[in-house]
Amino acid sequence: MATITAEPTGVAVVEEEHPLPFIRKYIFSTDHKTIAIQFLFTCLFFLLVGGLLAVMLRYQLGYPGKPMPGGDLLPETMAPGGIILPEFYISLVTMHGTFMVFFAIMPLLVGVYANYLIPLQIGTHDMAFPRLNMWSYWLFFVSGLVMLSSFAVEGGASVAGWTQYAPLSAMPEASGVYAGQQLWMISIAIFGFSSLLGSINYVTTVINLRAPGMTWFRLPLATWSLFITAILGLLAIPVLTAAVIMLLFDQTIGTTFFLPETGGQPLLWQHLFWFFGHPEVYILILPAMGFVSDIIANGSRKPIFGYHSMVFALISIAFLGFIVWGHHMFQSGMNPALAMSFMISTLVIAVPSAIKVFNWMGTMWRGSIQFTPHMLFAVGFVMLFAIGGLSGIFMASTPVDIYIHDTYFIVAHLHYVLFGGSLFAIFAAIYYWFPKMFGRMINDTMGRIHFALTFIFFNLVFFPMHGLGMGGMMRRIYDPSQYEHLAGMQDTNTLVSLSAFALYASGLLFFVMFFWSLFRGKKAPVNPWNATTLEWQVPSPPLHGNWTEIPVVYHGPYEYSHPDMDKDWLSQNERPDVVSPARH
Amino acid sequence: MDWSFPINASTQGIVIDNLFWIIFWMTAVAFVIVEGGVIWFMWRYRSREGHKATYTHGNTTAEIIWTAIPALAMIFLGIYSGAAWADIRGLDSFPDDALTISVVAKQFEWNITYPGADLVLGNGDDFTIRNRFEFPMGEPVIVRLESEDVIHSFFIPELRVKQDAVPGMTIPIWFEATQAGEFQIACAELCGLGHYRMRARVVVHDRASFDSWYRDRSGAVQTAAN
Amino acid sequence: MTSHAATMERGRSPERGLGVPTNKLGMWIFLTSEVMFFTGIIGSYIILRFGASDSWAAPGEVLNVTVTAVNTFILICSSVTMVKAFAAIENGDEKMLRIWLLATAIIGASFVGIQLFEYSELIHHGFLPSSGLYGSTFYSMTGFHGFHVTVGVLCILWVTLKAFRGGYTQENHQGVEVIGLYWHFVDLVWIILFTIVYLI
Repeated sequence: MATITAEPTGVAVVEEEHPLPFIRKYIFSTDHKTIAIQFLFTCLFFLLVGGLLAVMLRYQLGYPGKPMPGGDLLPETMAPGGIILPEFYISLVTMHGTFMVFFAIMPLLVGVYANYLIPLQIGTHDMAFPRLNMWSYWLFFVSGLVMLSSFAVEGGASVAGWTQYAPLSAMPEASGVYAGQQLWMISIAIFGFSSLLGSINYVTTVINLRAPGMTWFRLPLATWSLFITAILGLLAIPVLTAAVIMLLFDQTIGTTFFLPETGGQPLLWQHLFWFFGHPEVYILILPAMGFVSDIIANGSRKPIFGYHSMVFALISIAFLGFIVWGHHMFQSGMNPALAMSFMISTLVIAVPSAIKVFNWMGTMWRGSIQFTPHMLFAVGFVMLFAIGGLSGIFMASTPVDIYIHDTYFIVAHLHYVLFGGSLFAIFAAIYYWFPKMFGRMINDTMGRIHFALTFIFFNLVFFPMHGLGMGGMMRRIYDPSQYEHLAGMQDTNTLVSLSAFALYASGLLFFVMFFWSLFRGKKAPVNPWNATTLEWQVPSPPLHGNWTEIPVVYHGPYEYSHPDMDKDWLSQNERPDVVSPARH
Repeated sequence: MDWSFPINASTQGIVIDNLFWIIFWMTAVAFVIVEGGVIWFMWRYRSREGHKATYTHGNTTAEIIWTAIPALAMIFLGIYSGAAWADIRGLDSFPDDALTISVVAKQFEWNITYPGADLVLGNGDDFTIRNRFEFPMGEPVIVRLESEDVIHSFFIPELRVKQDAVPGMTIPIWFEATQAGEFQIACAELCGLGHYRMRARVVVHDRASFDSWYRDRSGAVQTAAN
Repeated sequence: MTSHAATMERGRSPERGLGVPTNKLGMWIFLTSEVMFFTGIIGSYIILRFGASDSWAAPGEVLNVTVTAVNTFILICSSVTMVKAFAAIENGDEKMLRIWLLATAIIGASFVGIQLFEYSELIHHGFLPSSGLYGSTFYSMTGFHGFHVTVGVLCILWVTLKAFRGGYTQENHQGVEVIGLYWHFVDLVWIILFTIVYLI
């Protein structure tokens, strides 16, 4: 079989070659598609882990002090007699956030889809640096193992929240956790390198390896969003890496960056962490927005409403995302005048997000909408992300934040954007690109059932949390009954917990369906969704090297339903014999 | 289901709740437009036999309108919130001559130090009570917040007061209660194992009751010193 | 049929975003992330120092400025030899390439050696990472920089080995240019560090 190797200059050459041995083809592969699928399976596993951690902490909140079913499988240090201990509870909270942010959502968006889509959508054979790409996956794998291992060490896993505020995170005598805290830092440092190698690849590839005719403003929004996300990662993650290493030093070799007794500043940790942390949340949403744009245009059979506006909104959000970090620190003791400046930039960043929501609506307007699972999840994204964005406005206002900071109102907000937003978009992306990745179809009916269950239970879990926050329920507390003002909330908490169990069960249903479809799904055609972008012009799944001939691009990415054509879609590389639509 | 705010017992609480509801109504309008619009479009533009989608690459006027309106809304909120913030936390907003009490957070309790008979912190006549914060309503009170170990957060829900206590820093805040009553301090920043039970009793007195309580306490300290 | 032939047949070349060859572009992008990493560390130093300015040791009180100044000069020399190596291969002079690359590696290694010597002296005199904020910031900044120099020296050695095996020609010597970029960056960071840690 012919294979393609990429020369350093980026021009590919076809060679006849012996087939690769199994280990080079599937384990230590440099093919971007294989690497993407490796990320996919690993991340789906971590999604299950993160969800299970949430189920356990919700059990404690729903049925405080009661033995959890299956809890007797856990060691005495975590849940004696099946009853979750306070120390285990806070490690559940910490690790749920950690696994979901770093090991599930971020790599599902970037590790999977940046790797899978970019070379295909821009029309090239592979990434600019395929071997670095392979390292990116394996470093990620190792960092995940290190993080998992922290549950098994003495003292258990980290208990300082996914935000790891110092000095709690730096002082074992205050947190009660020793190796678990250090392993968290080490894992995230390794993760940072993995992410860096990925970003270098994505940025270089998009700049230098686009096919002839694939100008910047003909790129699909999925690629645009992944490109901008990669730049965000490049600039934000090194700061986190520096911070976790400094914290690790404070924990181990006696430095005092964040320890006030010896001159250090706890707030310095917060500034470093959130300088990373805010761009991080845009890393977690921009690719989702990109996928949703591709999918809604396809599912509405219409061009995206304002393509240039959408690109400029992506760029504005990315840029502004670097100057809002202080809104996580309004009540931290920072200078109130500084807080004011962060409030202003935070209110400003609401505007490009609003622009995007209206553009998605404009895309659906006068479309011809098909209710495939991916379209349902994409539209679900728009609805739920809108709620998340609107709830964000409350906390952007510094006076209101005085009350709602560190309450369940924040928990509601972050889950609407990260689950209702990012994870819904991930589900949409999985359904949409599954046929291309695996050459099989997922059953439409099952997908719609998955959507309905997820949408309903998601809202039952997280919408009431706005109310819990308004009532003053604080975050990360093991037992709300300790406080008088929370006395009436147990019923709500129990309902939320029951819905959470049902939500997890819906997720399990998805897993079963996913794996069933891998082996038993109907064979997929080349272009099951009649889509315009380049990945739909190659076989399902594509060959190693993607293209025997690099395509030439003639059109923009969303030429659907042109009035002069019978066919309601035009591939980007279709020769313009019949008609050359509009501006692109 | 207990979803609503606890009672509002402070002057800044009125400002905060007001602002919350203003934002609520603004976002409610946006919510109806967006969610209603999406659901309406899903039904109205569902794919049907013989119906083709309308080919369009966008509309500049629409872009301008839906950029300008959110921008104006945000400007309004910024100005309104900025003014409120200055009133609550601004350096100029601090009252002169208010009763000043020191609150020191530590794992997992609140140590409240009152300024003694001379009403000035320091000077040897201060007295400290563990987990009991008492002060009068109807006048501003200044709290100087500190921490002995890790970051905690001083949160009294009914007074709409929250401020992180950071080791190595002394952070002043002020507030004024509008009614007497008993409330609690709840720690609102993860501080370790006992974070979930780091609470203290808050007693807001009317003027006369506070005066007599304070006289007893500070008088007692002076007597001991003698 | 090769894709190269295909594109030539169509008369179009791939879209080139910035006109920079891929390997060099990759290195520039990597270096931007390195800038952010050092900004995190150096930024923290600035914040911590100016939050505690009264108790900060004056230049020369703890550290040996003279030795380090000489070391700085040494590192700058290694950048010069690196430039010479690149100029040599641009002119097709494979012999001088090897010599200048070897010189760069040796000088770079000397820098690391002298730094390690300075560390051992300081530790001997009881100045450790645990010596307050001054120790924390000094060792973390110079330590991370030293780590980057060490990695740089190893890469230069690798490139030197390849040069000795005839791996670079006038037409194809991207590896030399790319490692040169990294090396100059590491030198530049040191100049900044030397100024703010030793001189101010």
